[in-house]
Amino acid sequence: MALDSKIPKGPLADKWTNYKNQINLVNPANKRSIDVIVVGTGLAGGSAAATLAELGYNVKAFCFQDSPRRAHSIAAQGGINAAKNYQGDGDSTYRLFYDTVKGGDYRSREANVYRLAEVSANIIDQCVAQGVPFAREYGGYLDNRSFGGVLVSRTFYAAGQTGQQLLLGAYSAMNRQIGRGKITMYNRHEMLDVVVVGGKARGIIARNLVTGEVERHSAHAVVLGTGGYGNVFFLSTNAMGSNVTAAWKAHKRGAFFANPCYTQIHPTCIPVSGEHQSKLTLMSESLRNDGRIWVPKNMDDVMAIREGKLKPTDIPHENRDYYLERRYPAFGNLVPRDVASRAAKERCDAGYGVNKTGEAVYLDFASAIERYGKERAHVRGLNESDAKLVKQLGQEVIKEKYGNLFQMYEKIVDQNPYETPMMIYPAVHYTMGGLWVDYNLMTNVPGLYCIGEANFSDHGANRLGASALMQGLADGYFVLPYTIGDYLSQDIRTGKIPTDTPEFAAAEKAVNDNLAHLINNNGAHSVDHFHKKLGKIMWNKCGMARNAQGLKEAIVEIAALRKEFWKDVRVPGTQNEFNEELAKAMRVADYLELGELFAKDALEREESAGGHFREEYQTEEGEALRRPEFQYVAAWEYKGEPKDAVLHKEELEYENIEVKERSYK
Amino acid sequence: MSGILNSSVGRKFAMALSAFFLMIFLVQHFAINILSVFSADTFNEASHFMGTFWVVQYIFQPILILGVIFHFVMGMVLEIRNRNARKIAYVKYNGNANSTWMSRNMIYTGAVILLFLGLHFYDFWFPEIEVKFIDGDMSGLLANGEYRYFEHLQHKFVDVWRVALYCLAFVFLALHLLHGFSSAFQSVGANNKYTRGLRGFGKAYAIIIPLGFIFIALYHHFN
Amino acid sequence: MKLTLKIWRQKNADAKGQIVEYPIDGIEGDMSFLEMLDILNEDLITKGEEPVAFDHDCREGICGMCSLHINGEPHGPDKGITTCQLHMRMFKDGDTIFIEPFRANAFPVIKDLVVDRSSFDRIQHAGGFISVNTSGNTIDANAIPINKHDADEAFEAATCIGCGACVASCKNSSAMLFVSAKVSQFALLPQGKIEATERVLNMVKQMDEEGFGNCTNTGACEVECPKGISLENIARMNREYLSASLKG
Repeated sequence: MALDSKIPKGPLADKWTNYKNQINLVNPANKRSIDVIVVGTGLAGGSAAATLAELGYNVKAFCFQDSPRRAHSIAAQGGINAAKNYQGDGDSTYRLFYDTVKGGDYRSREANVYRLAEVSANIIDQCVAQGVPFAREYGGYLDNRSFGGVLVSRTFYAAGQTGQQLLLGAYSAMNRQIGRGKITMYNRHEMLDVVVVGGKARGIIARNLVTGEVERHSAHAVVLGTGGYGNVFFLSTNAMGSNVTAAWKAHKRGAFFANPCYTQIHPTCIPVSGEHQSKLTLMSESLRNDGRIWVPKNMDDVMAIREGKLKPTDIPHENRDYYLERRYPAFGNLVPRDVASRAAKERCDAGYGVNKTGEAVYLDFASAIERYGKERAHVRGLNESDAKLVKQLGQEVIKEKYGNLFQMYEKIVDQNPYETPMMIYPAVHYTMGGLWVDYNLMTNVPGLYCIGEANFSDHGANRLGASALMQGLADGYFVLPYTIGDYLSQDIRTGKIPTDTPEFAAAEKAVNDNLAHLINNNGAHSVDHFHKKLGKIMWNKCGMARNAQGLKEAIVEIAALRKEFWKDVRVPGTQNEFNEELAKAMRVADYLELGELFAKDALEREESAGGHFREEYQTEEGEALRRPEFQYVAAWEYKGEPKDAVLHKEELEYENIEVKERSYK
Repeated sequence: MSGILNSSVGRKFAMALSAFFLMIFLVQHFAINILSVFSADTFNEASHFMGTFWVVQYIFQPILILGVIFHFVMGMVLEIRNRNARKIAYVKYNGNANSTWMSRNMIYTGAVILLFLGLHFYDFWFPEIEVKFIDGDMSGLLANGEYRYFEHLQHKFVDVWRVALYCLAFVFLALHLLHGFSSAFQSVGANNKYTRGLRGFGKAYAIIIPLGFIFIALYHHFN
Repeated sequence: MKLTLKIWRQKNADAKGQIVEYPIDGIEGDMSFLEMLDILNEDLITKGEEPVAFDHDCREGICGMCSLHINGEPHGPDKGITTCQLHMRMFKDGDTIFIEPFRANAFPVIKDLVVDRSSFDRIQHAGGFISVNTSGNTIDANAIPINKHDADEAFEAATCIGCGACVASCKNSSAMLFVSAKVSQFALLPQGKIEATERVLNMVKQMDEEGFGNCTNTGACEVECPKGISLENIARMNREYLSASLKG
């Protein structure tokens, strides 16, 4: 099957406008008789559900949390990009487009990214109208900050809680529609299958997580906004419940899974403290605006620090290795995430890690505190050479900018980051891969759409900071509501989709069989036992650096672990009750399949690009080596076992951007 | 505006309004009582004026009584509703970790004050009403031609037990006011950057007024 | 360290629950409270017993899902945090820890420590929004300058995570802090002022219908709120409500 990305013809800048002008629309009266299911209520799903309902469709929205407001978009900290050029620093739609494609290591689709950059400005207008309280300057206008991998300030933010504020904005738009009866909300429901009738997605099977009941829901189209699959690593910055199940079930029903190996490892997370660790906590990338990353130059100092004989503040500047500033003078501490993460790993692998486990580097605010302190002292006409006063004033400024992050760090690590540098280490954060979609955000299964992090479309091999929020809202507010109309315009005479058909019955039975198997298995080990094992394989062999041998081993090991899981997992309780272990088991079962495809994809991609780093393919300086023959999207078709998946390639063409070596030096 | 008392915010508001009224009344009551410490004559004249002026007797006094009853009844209603809002109680509840004893026990401090009011009415108000409205003697004079108010007051504070009960009640009044004052302002929406000074004033009010009443009671007991 | 856990166990919404005692050993100060419960559950599963059900998701203090009443306080003895941010270094060897669900009639127990907080959602459906179409055909974001102080205050109110600690800590099970945070956020912004009257009336009405208690200004909510939402929001809502009642 050939992949048709359905990219409209014409000049890049006009594609979206012309396309919108030409696609079919559904008239308001007909929209009332069309149902749409939206799974997931994060920025993408929530904004899509609200907008579709507002357009007049009957929306059924599903989330596994107890309220749509708790989707994991809420945890995004730093900000949202938009090409507003409010700072007058040379930003434009093209520049945002260019930065995103370059940041993605030339592995994303030009037309999609351009559209994203084009609608980005609108998102800010929309959110402000909804009452999202973005940070402002004293003049009353919106403030911006800068983020990694770009040379302009285009990031809008609300302290360190931008994701929360944007999600609550989308949630409020949903609430308005729920209040009007246009959205029926299904909280604490987990989607466990897509139902395909006559080649089209016509509904889902969902389990009510409170009663355990398995339910059939039909619609004319199904939209998945179910987020990423970082939890395949067990330890990640994702929420405990974040899962791949919806996307994976769609994959098993025929939707292609694209670029599963593209995973973003975020450089600034709090290091693992021990075996008990259940998840990792991210410290916003915005900290790199003011923090300097370093490890000691001398191995003696490293050892002294690990043994507690030396404090980081005791080490003089000349004995510190500010390795990002050393290696990348142009971008310094603000290099993109993949570059920063690999550099940290390189130093730690060389033995310079600064905590007990040897997997941590310093993020130091002392210089920023001094700089800001002097500035404030100057503004207030105080003595700039009074070191104590300068420090106090500087800490004040840092507190205003990052107070909540510093507090979070202190609660977890029990060290005061105003006095001693933070310790950070990279952690799995975001997955650029996901279900393959065309320009309309439709998967190759007609009527099945995929938006936000769950799809693969916009970030290529690496996502720039503050672009995830942008993509989620762009897809949900401004792209999908248009493009889905084109598809639904064929459905105005279809009438209600019945759920008493063989297709629904078969899907429901398969779900029930799986649930029953897990409950009755009575094995020896908990779900977490297997999840942790999977995570270890993934982190060690499909993590920040990968090689052919490790990946081959991973494929075998994951397949074996999967077999063991189905034979030996123990799920307590019963099927028809609130049973978190059962819900977890269903999710981990899917991770055990995805993990294998992930490794296979990473093995097949014999190059380094963005978040995917193959040790065999690097430059002499240790930078990622992209290879032109891999300038394609790897879309995998399900064929039973993950290792049997069939590869379909969508060649990527760059007509408006010159493919160059990606350099931040 | 209709049905405002059916809403939680409306009830709070009504509770606060009656509280303001009672707090103003307390100041006025205190102002007249404290006169008794300085001058028996002035106290007598003020008391007579209050006891016979028609605006006070026929307008303020009924409003005051209604205010007390309303404050009490509404307080009870709210307490019962609030208790019913959590049918299954916590096994362990550490209220001291997040709120003051006063704020959590307004119903008890209020109940003590109500009991005290019974005693206080028995001591002063019922005899007054009897003389004025049953006996019809509006002169305010004793047989010897002097005003009876100061005399009556001194007579009541001879008994050490009564004085002790009065003092105890004033302590409870202080506890009630320590939360009540700022709470009333909060309920009518007066809590923002402009009203921070009120908090200190409220604490001062809650301590000074009851302390003043205690002082008056003790003063007359020992004189 | 060695601890004694006294945990509320309740099979389902209709069952009667009770406190069950569990000894636990080998807990370290660096563990989070929920990781301690993970260890307990792992142990229970291995022994063939039912694990303790509790709500949790992001485990970084922002989703508002976790909701435990620990030793008599929502989110435990530390301040300014959610349950998932509570670390075991707050306890000492030999401690007994009571773990109960958030209690209020409006938060019925689903199982063990899991409660149903959909009453909060319904209050938001009643008016927790600005009626603007999500078409993107709005005016430019900088067309409405907003005083920084107001914007910051609106943001502070908007940081509410809807966890319900305010209700759980309140002796009256009042939801005023939660509702007032949303009312305040919009009341402080010019975009939100247009519908302010209907919003506050509708949200308070729904709040009352859900069976929350009346606020008596004890201030427990503010102290226990993981995000430090201020009582001034409640005062603001009172003002908004009273002026809305007079208008409407």
